Amino acid sequence: MTVISYRQALHDTLRAEMLRDEDVLLIGEEIGLFEGSYKITAGLLAEFGPRRVRDTPICEEGFVGAAIGAAMLGLRPVVEIMTINFSLLAIDQIVNHAAKMHSMFGGQVRVPLVIRTPGGGGQQLAATHSQNLEVWYAHVPGLKVLAPATPADAKGMLTAAIRDDDPVILLENLALYNTNGEVPDGDHTLDIGTASVLKPGRDLTVVAYSRATVVALDVARRLDEEGISVEVVDLRSLRPLDRDTVCASVRKTSRAVVLEDDWLSYGIGAEIAATIGEGAFDYLDAPVRRVAAAEVPLPYAKPLELAALPDAAALTRVIRDTLDATRFAG
Amino acid sequence: MPEVLMPRLSDTMEQGVLAQWRKHEGDPVRRGDVLAEIETDKATMELEAYDDGTLTRILIDEGVTVPIGTPIAVIGSTADTPPEPVATVDTVEPAVDTAERPSSQASPPVAVRPPEPAVPKLRASPLARRLARDHDVDLATLPGSGPGGRIVRADIEGAVTRRGHQAQPQPAVPQQPPPTAPPSPAPPPAVGPDDEEVPLTRVRRLTAQRLVQSARQAPHFSLTRTVDADALMAFRNQVNTDLADTGTRVSLTDLLIKACAHALTTHPAVNSSWADTRLLRHHRIHIGVAVALDDGLIVPVIHNADAKTLSQISREAHDLAERARTGRLPLNEITGGTFTISNLGMYGIDQFTAVINPPEAAILAVGAANPGPIVRDGQLVAGTTMTLTLSIDHRVLDGATGARFLAALTALLEHPVRIVL
Amino acid sequence: MAEPSSTAVVGTVLGTTEEPETLRGYYRQMMTIRVFEQRAAEMYTKAKIGGYCHLNLGEEATVVGLMAALRATDYLFTSYREHGYALARGAEPVRIMAELFGRTGGLSGGRGGSMHLFDPQLRLLGGYGIVGGQIPPATGAALALAHRNGPGPDREAVMCLLGDGATNIGAFHECLNLAAVWHLPIVYVIVNNQLGMGTTVEAAAGEPELFRRGCSYRIPGQRVDGNDVLAVRKAARAALDRARGEHQPMLLEAVSYRLRGHSVVDPARYRSDEDNQRARALDPLPAFRAQLIDTGVLDAPAAAGIDAEVEQAIAEAVDAADRSPAPAPETLFDHVYATAVANTYQGLPGDPVVSP
Repeated sequence: MTVISYRQALHDTLRAEMLRDEDVLLIGEEIGLFEGSYKITAGLLAEFGPRRVRDTPICEEGFVGAAIGAAMLGLRPVVEIMTINFSLLAIDQIVNHAAKMHSMFGGQVRVPLVIRTPGGGGQQLAATHSQNLEVWYAHVPGLKVLAPATPADAKGMLTAAIRDDDPVILLENLALYNTNGEVPDGDHTLDIGTASVLKPGRDLTVVAYSRATVVALDVARRLDEEGISVEVVDLRSLRPLDRDTVCASVRKTSRAVVLEDDWLSYGIGAEIAATIGEGAFDYLDAPVRRVAAAEVPLPYAKPLELAALPDAAALTRVIRDTLDATRFAG
Repeated sequence: MPEVLMPRLSDTMEQGVLAQWRKHEGDPVRRGDVLAEIETDKATMELEAYDDGTLTRILIDEGVTVPIGTPIAVIGSTADTPPEPVATVDTVEPAVDTAERPSSQASPPVAVRPPEPAVPKLRASPLARRLARDHDVDLATLPGSGPGGRIVRADIEGAVTRRGHQAQPQPAVPQQPPPTAPPSPAPPPAVGPDDEEVPLTRVRRLTAQRLVQSARQAPHFSLTRTVDADALMAFRNQVNTDLADTGTRVSLTDLLIKACAHALTTHPAVNSSWADTRLLRHHRIHIGVAVALDDGLIVPVIHNADAKTLSQISREAHDLAERARTGRLPLNEITGGTFTISNLGMYGIDQFTAVINPPEAAILAVGAANPGPIVRDGQLVAGTTMTLTLSIDHRVLDGATGARFLAALTALLEHPVRIVL
Repeated sequence: MAEPSSTAVVGTVLGTTEEPETLRGYYRQMMTIRVFEQRAAEMYTKAKIGGYCHLNLGEEATVVGLMAALRATDYLFTSYREHGYALARGAEPVRIMAELFGRTGGLSGGRGGSMHLFDPQLRLLGGYGIVGGQIPPATGAALALAHRNGPGPDREAVMCLLGDGATNIGAFHECLNLAAVWHLPIVYVIVNNQLGMGTTVEAAAGEPELFRRGCSYRIPGQRVDGNDVLAVRKAARAALDRARGEHQPMLLEAVSYRLRGHSVVDPARYRSDEDNQRARALDPLPAFRAQLIDTGVLDAPAAAGIDAEVEQAIAEAVDAADRSPAPAPETLFDHVYATAVANTYQGLPGDPVVSP
């Protein structure tokens, strides 16, 4: 185990996979000379050269679609889209092409493509640059959507994604890049489609993913000191979704809150709440609550941004409400 | 047009029997009038009207048992005649209050919600419903402590603790659903030609239910101690002589109530209850006295016995016992006990062990005060002895705690002046 | 680096026909942009400004020349590098700075920030944060003009600004094609500062002479020295005249050079020392100042006087912007919809969705 940052874990994994497999190549805007908008690809152009670290013009639809085609012929492109907001320019290629080809062509072609892209608000990037659109992709059969929260999972899931034969969206988060954690040395890969119980607890389950998981863990540890035992389920994989782990946790705790960075309506939390309603109905002592972003185009002004984004205080408040509603006595 | 619902008239009441209608369809009704008599699990209670009008419709016949909250009658306005109950529409809630957040825009149009039914559906969490099913608890009898009166797990567990179904240890939710059937009970005995079937009375059924709960749930053990009762008998005689012209006659039971109240004050651990996830230590001393009825057992309660004089206790106890035998005890006089005394001395029983009255932690079984040998100052002498047996719920109390309580009680009884000091 | 002078329209020598007051006004505008952007960079480092902040430093001649050509009745769409355009179009510096500070006094009420300036009175229909995002709406605005009126010398036109990087996105090509087949009164202006973030035009564009990219759509293209304010003005006027007069879409490329990184936080380490020296050499402000002094339009004390006045005005704008209040959290849900409708959810994070 080595303690490194989430950013470093992604960087090291990209490098390790490029060393392991000659077919792995990187494609994206400003990933080479500029070393990546968030410096995930720092040094890789120098090490692997422009053949395997391809800077692109600003043309998301074009280079994502091109990566799909390259993958059809057996390359393993890892595309960086600067932020998930810009993936909208490529969404036709992702949804109508990458996600469809294997099935639509009768299983005769594979698209071993990885799209890495960060989401998240909170940096005053205003309405068009602060979105959490992962649920759009999680909605689409044929895509796999991963959202690691820890450096270890970033390594394990990126490794799994690169070696997977389907198109995988790997959701990163601006606020996670500088977080640190223990990462297994050597080869480390995780099963796509599995959630992880990051902290066991008795009294209430918080379901989260990506940045929200980190917030949930922090809240859970603080509540521990008050004798409130919160279990944190990190989804890690939004599609496929590990419903069994979620339901097993709620069957144990009988209370659940979802913390999500996306908007509330039709969001990840809606899917989780529906799943719990179906799989743990008889174990629920209170309605499943969601803590999500306010439904506004995120304003630039700091006070408005703070009011709109879910945070530890909102999660703590909803946890307490849910406990109070069930006469939790500690 | 208000519906009259089967009322909840005791803490453990799940359903009620409509014993008798005191008003009939078409009768004018004023608020406060007695509409009916309701037999609860503990007593027969009067149900008063909360509305003026006419008793337009009786929905439940006499002798029928229904869960609490069930509509049993309809009171219409005096002019009303239609017999069908109709949901009222005067409880429409305002839609989401858009004025809550200041906005430079006009408030959006407000959608009209359908009216809510006048009688809210019983609200219970899914977990509470499942636990209620598993433990055979009737949700309709429970007050909900969650938001808006929602019944939650804690309410069911409380009811289970009180009523004595097999409770799950905390956490009460198993990973997997429990088996649908409880452990098989002993098969019922076969009915032969020389057996007579006696229908269960309400009191018999309740008595059985509570004692089974107690025996199954509370791990019992008992402590026995013999008391030198000479001084106690002499003290009682002296008191009764002094009080002869007042008409008050103090019984040994009355003295025991007062003595126990004293001892509980100094040994509060005994004045406790098992409450599933925790213990409840009561800061009130309500002593129940088991009273035998023809068809069962009832336990009237002397409230705040520690604060009452011996003569107050005596008068109250006699009055309660009398009224218990006529089935007319109000609920508050048979609920809320924290400790119980059962005295079978008057039946010549030397010594016995009582079953705890849940959710209390202990019960004192008192045998007869009989002549017997006593070692006093190293000499064997003839005296009067009485045997006390304290049954204890081992979940709440341990042996030494019970023993200390019993020692304190013995000391009081052997020096009875201390009882009234 | 491309040579600006190698193309069709060259920089104009300062002529005697130009009113000195006009020239001094251009200098004042360029200086205003320069000082404003320098203060913006400072305010960003002081955390008064958040998010992204892209500056027009080095592009002042392009900005002022384009805005001088644009009539008050014309419409303007820009990229996210647009503080200078708002200033030159006539927006008060305090309202721009207040927007950068996220205050209610800002052009967009503090909701848009640096990349999203908007002023309907000035017919500034937005800065746009997504690369190329403004191109389709600008084309649509031209469609509205063509829909309502035929061509003519007094008609309105649309100017759509975009960076060199944006010429590579699909929407640019789609919209040039649309404007051609629909005969729209629009001028697409490529503000070529020669770097899309860290990528040079040569590395990003198959046809690095960007003004030629309209050829596929038979849209006339022209390149102009973006460091020459009068050349830019002249070329832009000509393009606008054809657009409004003939409903012929036009493509104009103004070549200048970014003095700093892509945004305030970009140290631009991908640029060599030689690049930086050249950028400073081409800096339009000292050059224009020297030209004005050389031709007697300004003398040094007068220039210094203008500089001091600008410094003072911007300093006052910064102070005034800082006094503008931040929007109250209670206004969070304002403006989500123009038409209020039932059942709009206005919960804060963690608020109940419905009452049970």
